[in-house]
Amino acid sequence: MSTSAITPVPFGRRIKRFMADRPLVPLIILLVILVVILQILRPGIVNERWIANTIKFAIPLAILAGCQTMTMLTGGIDLSVGTVATMSAFIMATQIVSQDPAIAFLLAMMPAVLIGLVNGIGVGVFRVHPLIMTLGTSLIGTGCLQVYQRTVIASGAKIPGFLAWLGTGVTSGFPNALLLFVPLAALIVFTLARTGFGRLLYAVGDNERATRLSGVQYWQVITALYVTSSLLAGITGLLYIGLIKAPSLSLAEPLVLPSVAAAVIGGTSIFGGRGGYTGTIIGALILTVLTTLLTILQMPEGARRILFGLIVLFVTAAYLRIVEER
Amino acid sequence: MTTSPLLDATGVAKNYGAVAALRNASLSVLPGEVHALMGANGAGKSTLVKILTGAISANAGRILIRGEARDIRSPAAARRAGLLPVYQEPSLIPDLDVLSNLRLTGTPVEPFRAWVRELGIADLDLRDTARDIPLAVLRVLDLARALAVEPDVLLLDEMTAALPANLAEKVLEVVRRQGDAGRAVIFISHRFVEISALCDRATVLRDGETVGVVDIVPGVEEKIVELMLGTRIVKTHVAARSAAEKAAPAPARPRLAVHNLRVGTKLNDVSFDLRDGEVAGVVALEGQGQDELFAALAGSIRPSGGTIDVDGSPVKFSHPIDAIRAGIAYVPGDRSEALAMQRSVRENIALPFSAALRNWGPINMRKERATVLSAIERLQIDTRAQGEVQRLSGGNQQKVTIARWIAADARTILCFDPTRGIDVGTKQEIYKLLRELAGHGKSVLFYTSELEEVQRVCDRVIVIFGGRLVDIFPVEEADEPALMRAAYGLPRGAKADIGILAAPTASDAPSSDALGTKP
Amino acid sequence: MSHFLRRQGWVIGLLALLIVLFIATRIIQPGYGSGDFGSLARAVLPYAFAVAAQTVVVIAGGIDLSVAAMMALTSVTAASMMAGASEEYALLVVPFVLAMGLVLGALNGLLIVVTRVPDIVVTLAMLFVLQGAALLVLDAPGGAAAEWLKALISGTVPIPGLPDAIDAWLPKALLVLVVCLCVIWVPLRRSRLGLSIYAIGSSELAAFRSGVPVKRTRIIAYALSGLFAAFGGLALTMSTGIGAPIPGPYLLASVAAVVLGGVALGGGKGGLLGPIVAVFVLRLVRTDLTLLAIDPNVTAIIEGAIMVAVVMFGAFITMRGRQ
Repeated sequence: MSTSAITPVPFGRRIKRFMADRPLVPLIILLVILVVILQILRPGIVNERWIANTIKFAIPLAILAGCQTMTMLTGGIDLSVGTVATMSAFIMATQIVSQDPAIAFLLAMMPAVLIGLVNGIGVGVFRVHPLIMTLGTSLIGTGCLQVYQRTVIASGAKIPGFLAWLGTGVTSGFPNALLLFVPLAALIVFTLARTGFGRLLYAVGDNERATRLSGVQYWQVITALYVTSSLLAGITGLLYIGLIKAPSLSLAEPLVLPSVAAAVIGGTSIFGGRGGYTGTIIGALILTVLTTLLTILQMPEGARRILFGLIVLFVTAAYLRIVEER
Repeated sequence: MTTSPLLDATGVAKNYGAVAALRNASLSVLPGEVHALMGANGAGKSTLVKILTGAISANAGRILIRGEARDIRSPAAARRAGLLPVYQEPSLIPDLDVLSNLRLTGTPVEPFRAWVRELGIADLDLRDTARDIPLAVLRVLDLARALAVEPDVLLLDEMTAALPANLAEKVLEVVRRQGDAGRAVIFISHRFVEISALCDRATVLRDGETVGVVDIVPGVEEKIVELMLGTRIVKTHVAARSAAEKAAPAPARPRLAVHNLRVGTKLNDVSFDLRDGEVAGVVALEGQGQDELFAALAGSIRPSGGTIDVDGSPVKFSHPIDAIRAGIAYVPGDRSEALAMQRSVRENIALPFSAALRNWGPINMRKERATVLSAIERLQIDTRAQGEVQRLSGGNQQKVTIARWIAADARTILCFDPTRGIDVGTKQEIYKLLRELAGHGKSVLFYTSELEEVQRVCDRVIVIFGGRLVDIFPVEEADEPALMRAAYGLPRGAKADIGILAAPTASDAPSSDALGTKP
Repeated sequence: MSHFLRRQGWVIGLLALLIVLFIATRIIQPGYGSGDFGSLARAVLPYAFAVAAQTVVVIAGGIDLSVAAMMALTSVTAASMMAGASEEYALLVVPFVLAMGLVLGALNGLLIVVTRVPDIVVTLAMLFVLQGAALLVLDAPGGAAAEWLKALISGTVPIPGLPDAIDAWLPKALLVLVVCLCVIWVPLRRSRLGLSIYAIGSSELAAFRSGVPVKRTRIIAYALSGLFAAFGGLALTMSTGIGAPIPGPYLLASVAAVVLGGVALGGGKGGLLGPIVAVFVLRLVRTDLTLLAIDPNVTAIIEGAIMVAVVMFGAFITMRGRQ
């Protein structure tokens, strides 16, 4: 990110245009402001440990927000990611008791593939609105999980050591989760920018008829997309259980709405065709830092939620203004 | 001038950020006149119209209506000021029935009914939902709705585009009479024929400025074209090609052979061949089955009967990808149907490359860049605003849709009215391009709503009427009267029936049937 | 007639389905009587208002994710205001809470119009805000409801001259629902404002060009949604006697019923009757499953599957219709 010299003559407009050309800059500035506020409120809090901790909590959110980014590029949304992540985590934690880790892993990813497939077919073939489709599958998924829970209630659950290491471990200042996240994020960014599949996501979200006339088969793209999204959510679930270490039936549910918020803050258009993953990652970081900030301010839960909502709204509105000033 | 103008706009300017869409436009319309507003694409016509009708507000300028300064801030305000537009896309609410649409705009029903009848739509059910009404009829209804409130100034944007000749005639007649009542009409059109028949004066815009106001007299066309093009005037006259100039003798096997093609009730038993190295024109009135013909050939819809052979072997298309694999590409008339507007020129041109499942992997950026650049160069696309296709002018957008298939090296291109609503210069370039393609051995099927284009571009002309093939003309015989007669379903060689163009009635012209107005 | 059938076909089908379900219920549980119907009507009440709130916005081409949170906030506000207060005081509480819903709904619309942020994002943010506000009003379920309010939806409507047997099938809750919705919806639907709401949902550009004040209409649609949600919140307090700050499952249910009720999510189509009938259908299915002694968790799966199947079927029908 090269900050070219800004001549002071038409300063205000210059800055706006600069921000419009580099939409990531305002996001990074906001992130820095939040960290500075945090440092002012609690001098010394921003240290190596805190940064590692923040990143640790931001990563699951960032991956789920990646699901939202990709689906939002096609004009969709995936609200089943929370349920999928929870299912994978819960199945992993309960199956590892009696199964080989590899088999437990495969079993854990099964519901992800299934739900992704159903989502993809529903949206891609039957043309159901993605919001409805994914809400519906998440409802079914939750029901299935509750039934499943009764069958394994006796056998108990445990968190696999490897996942705990990956989720909570820190090696020389860097969270181990980065080992998973960095390649994953690089892959998502590369996929969106430099592969045929990525191109199609943007194109389908922008103008589906045009892609059809160009020979694109919508259902293929959408099915692949929702399966990918679900798989990412499943992986997030495994990472998240390593971080939280307490399997529950609503484990990743609280991440769903923030994941949408992170993608939106990151500049991905909810109507499709516009956006990218780098912005989303910063969006996830912003939300995580914000949560810490509010916790430190000892806000009552209610006030925290209000502020959270207002900030989501404000950031999106501000972002829209900056991007529109061209 | 002794009479004071009904509408007088001066010094109107509008900026979008740093881009000036209008610099200094003026328009003065007298009572009782039909006033043409002309200009090449991007000259600022539509911006001026939007300002006059309150869709957007100007940055500078003064608008007087009957001598009074008015601040038109919304369409409702324009309406109150007596300014009413009829846009190219009908502004009836698709999900409401006609009656509710009238109530929504406070339009009196009886005058509306009278106008509808006047405009040649015999029976209209006011309970019909706007979505279910064919586009051509909808545009006429939109006009009738505007006429019913007796506006001082009526703004018509390409009113006759997409209208079949019989409706267009009625519309023009009604517009002409508006002037007699002391009201004024601002008439935006690309068609000189209409303008010379209808208008009293024309205001010409170029690059956001009014460059001239001319009286419409015989022979003024050259002057208007000069004004529109400014110094960039290029006179290209593509004369009809003689048979000797045409490509080599037809090969034994046609590129595309259509036999008894049938699509629902819209297209019946249509058979023709398309050879390599030729441009075959398709001529038809609105809604005679040409849309279905192109859609079937492009793989968008499945024919209900008949066969399509490509290079001698039969094919069945169930998705456009099948047609594309067979080397057949479709360029729709509506650019917004073909382009991802927020994406770059490059991505739009490269779109077909990644369509197939096996091309979903990493893109060879260098190779793609080279292919795209060569297509851009070949079509001379203005790439100053290439970051987003939506910022290109209409003509350049149309070029991108064609460039896509040149980059993909399609052997057969189906062009559906590619020159609709684009400026004269780009039209010429597209004619040239289509000829070039044919010269390189490609084949082109070219539907056009402007008959004069046939002589410029085509080798043969296929005329369709009422879903049936009427005739196939060699280009030498395809002069406009002959084509027009055929388009009305009359066999070649028949006497030029007097009055066909003026008033086809429901009984002798089944065309009204195809329009959805039940006889 | 054909116009009527084409437009109301979906609703008629739903009504038929509802009747079939009633018959099925009688077969499963021959003792299913007027009392059970009364409790069904009471259970439906908050759902029905949530659905009405969602319907108005969806017809206007938007979506309101904050419906359930709005209900929670209005419910706790009403419950905490009425706690320890006199019966008469509740007469003030009801209009206050309704006005609150109206204003907050209008705020939703205002934010969408002014900030130009997509409706999904604005109402998502408002979901957080309203939830938070509800927690500030009451941090745990509590409060109280005036007796006359509770009585308003329990029991049946005594209509003189009608035999008790029929009278018993007219629960007050149903009457409250019908009256509240009809008073607002029927005049609205016929007015120019109502047409404007359909117009902006159907095609914003065409509406704008037809001189519809698009922004104002959008704000009004959201305000109405807020008003209906406030009715829903009151209904919650009336039926439970307390207020709970955690939103119930009303968001998902409202969207499901809207879709099942034949209102296109793109906007511009449908009416209020369909979604309301759809709510009854969905609740009755739940009743039947419970009567069949099916594990409540399995019931949730079946409910979800029904919803998804219905939505897929609906989408499939529209797709076929287009071809």
